[in-house]
Amino acid sequence: MALNKDLSYSEAAVLAVQREMEADARVVVLGEDVGRGGIFGQYKGLQQAFGAERVIDTPISEAAIMGAGVGMALAGLRPVVEMRVVDFALCGMDELVNQAAKNRFMFGGQGRVPLVARLPGGIWDASAAQHSQSLEAWFAHLPGVVVVSPSTPQDNYSLLRAALQCGDPVVYIEHKTLWGLRGDVDEDMAVPLGKARRVREGNAITIVSWSKQVQACAAACDALAAEGIEADLIDLRTLWPWDRETVLASCARTQRLLVVHEAVQVAGFGAEIAASAAEATGCRVARLGAPRIPVGYAPVLEAQSRVGAEAVVAAAKKLMG
Amino acid sequence: MDSSNSGATPEIIGKALYRTMVRIRAFENAAEAASQGGVSAYGQQAAGSAKVRGPLHLSTGQEAVPAGVCAHLRVSDYLTSTHRGHGHTLAKGADLVRMMCELFGKATGFNGGKGGSMHIADFSVGMLGANGVVAAGLPIAVGAAHAQKVLKKNGDITVCFFGDGAINRGPFLEALNWARVYDLPVLFVCEDNRWSATTASGPMTAGEGASARAASMDIAATQVDGNDVFSVHETAGRLVREVRDGGGPRLLHALTYRVKGHVSVDLAAYRDPAELAAALETDPIARARGHLLSHGVSAATLDAIENAARDEVDTALAIADAAPWPDASAAFSDVQTIGAGQWH
Ligand SMILES: Cc1ncc(C[n+]2csc(CCOP(=O)(O)OP(=O)(O)O)c2C)c(N)n1
Repeated sequence: MALNKDLSYSEAAVLAVQREMEADARVVVLGEDVGRGGIFGQYKGLQQAFGAERVIDTPISEAAIMGAGVGMALAGLRPVVEMRVVDFALCGMDELVNQAAKNRFMFGGQGRVPLVARLPGGIWDASAAQHSQSLEAWFAHLPGVVVVSPSTPQDNYSLLRAALQCGDPVVYIEHKTLWGLRGDVDEDMAVPLGKARRVREGNAITIVSWSKQVQACAAACDALAAEGIEADLIDLRTLWPWDRETVLASCARTQRLLVVHEAVQVAGFGAEIAASAAEATGCRVARLGAPRIPVGYAPVLEAQSRVGAEAVVAAAKKLMG
Repeated sequence: MDSSNSGATPEIIGKALYRTMVRIRAFENAAEAASQGGVSAYGQQAAGSAKVRGPLHLSTGQEAVPAGVCAHLRVSDYLTSTHRGHGHTLAKGADLVRMMCELFGKATGFNGGKGGSMHIADFSVGMLGANGVVAAGLPIAVGAAHAQKVLKKNGDITVCFFGDGAINRGPFLEALNWARVYDLPVLFVCEDNRWSATTASGPMTAGEGASARAASMDIAATQVDGNDVFSVHETAGRLVREVRDGGGPRLLHALTYRVKGHVSVDLAAYRDPAELAAALETDPIARARGHLLSHGVSAATLDAIENAARDEVDTALAIADAAPWPDASAAFSDVQTIGAGQWH
């Protein structure tokens, strides 16, 4: 058993890609600045280890990066496609939405596109409206892709490996401000795609979240526990497919569901989970996300888009009441 | 279909090129007839009776380009195509019957009826698909060529067809730059048919077009009379050889003409009839026939090639007609493995 003590979320990601590149010569990385380790260090040392032919520095050409990833995958490689931040993936949206996601179906199963598109998401401090978006609901809406959003170093290691072993396109959303989060990483721990993690057990209310927002929810659960409200906290980890079984079993038990995400609340993925839970269990549901505004620059403006632990506590109590 | 190294005589090559062109023409004529009333574009109602439904983009008059280029390709070479992809697919060696089945939407089509004309493909001969998005094939092609380089499939190349309208989209620029930066084995082929849907391409394009843009990125570009199959064949032969030998990307700018409307129901009333009349004078099949006749190939031989193509298409129509529809459950297959289709 290889236990790595105290790795950062980004070091865990490097390790995952490294292990997959060692195991499978078809795995290649392509994107801007990946040769120097990527802007978050999430590819650090890989070009030195595997060469510039497998860790490919690219021009600033998001459409070509994503599109070439599709062509590479069709021709037998397993590309990791780096988009820098999810916001720039929009420049390669046709390549992701119309090409990668639909290829297998549209051509009747003749081709497969086993690529992992890494699209760092979420509010990046003081980075304003074009570098702070949470667009996971867009991708969850898209048949043909798996959508993953890890919240811990262990999950980032295990889920990235799982994503690279998956034969279909994976939209892999790491959080822009989780890169420095540290934790132990067991190299042998496999986390299957589509399985949630129960962060905390309780019978009073179910709270479902993912990515960085799991932290705010964990803090909220502490505050709620101090008042005698024991919450069941579930980190979804994979948004598509999401772990219905775990979530619905919890909702059936608690009869209350609060979904919390950093993305804009309206038309968000929280609505999907809330509706599914209400349909299946008849439980009471509530959603908590950002207001429908672009993320602002000044701290006071940016704060308007943040969903903090107090808001989670307040929403949970309202649902209890 | 690689005729470049086979030691074939000019007569054999000429007949092969002729055969490819007349098969494309026969296939598309039949598809066009089977599509009548079937397109719900340009305000027309789709008739349930049409056998080929949806937008059908015909390459009538452009057959010399795929015939001349693909004659140099091997099965292990890749090809990406456009929305107007029947000719490319046939020329790369795809089975004509299964293509017709796909146009009919039948289970026996290459895509099991999931793609139709706009997504016609035969991966088994390296034809990686027609594409419904203009210019989308270019980045995919450079990715396939990049994979050939990484996987050391030396000598294999990727050919990428696109229209003159596609050069005004960003992916064209991004893909050409990419091909040069990594020196990839890719041949770009611009089928310059002068039109982009219902708008003439010229007034919408700054500068000199595909060749000039390629040259600005240090990609050698060659213009050719795209309605002369022998010129296309000769020029493409040289470019394919250069690309195969590791010379890096090349661009072939083939000047041709779109004889039909943008889609099969489009009567192209927006264009000057004189332009069409002039273009018809240079029909590539008629020209090739004249050339072959003057070089001693008998009319009977050429007629036999044409009749065989028509018979083949008739058979394909009958097979496609009789073929089964896909099972409704197929709508849920090949979506993705993890989290496919609907819940339960
Ligand atoms: C990105 C995109 N924009 C618009 C269209 C609609 N469209 C389909 S074909 C076409 C014209 C393309 O012209 P060209 O590339 O010259 O190819 P041609 O049809 O002449 O073969 C247009 C505008 C599309 N399919 N994709």
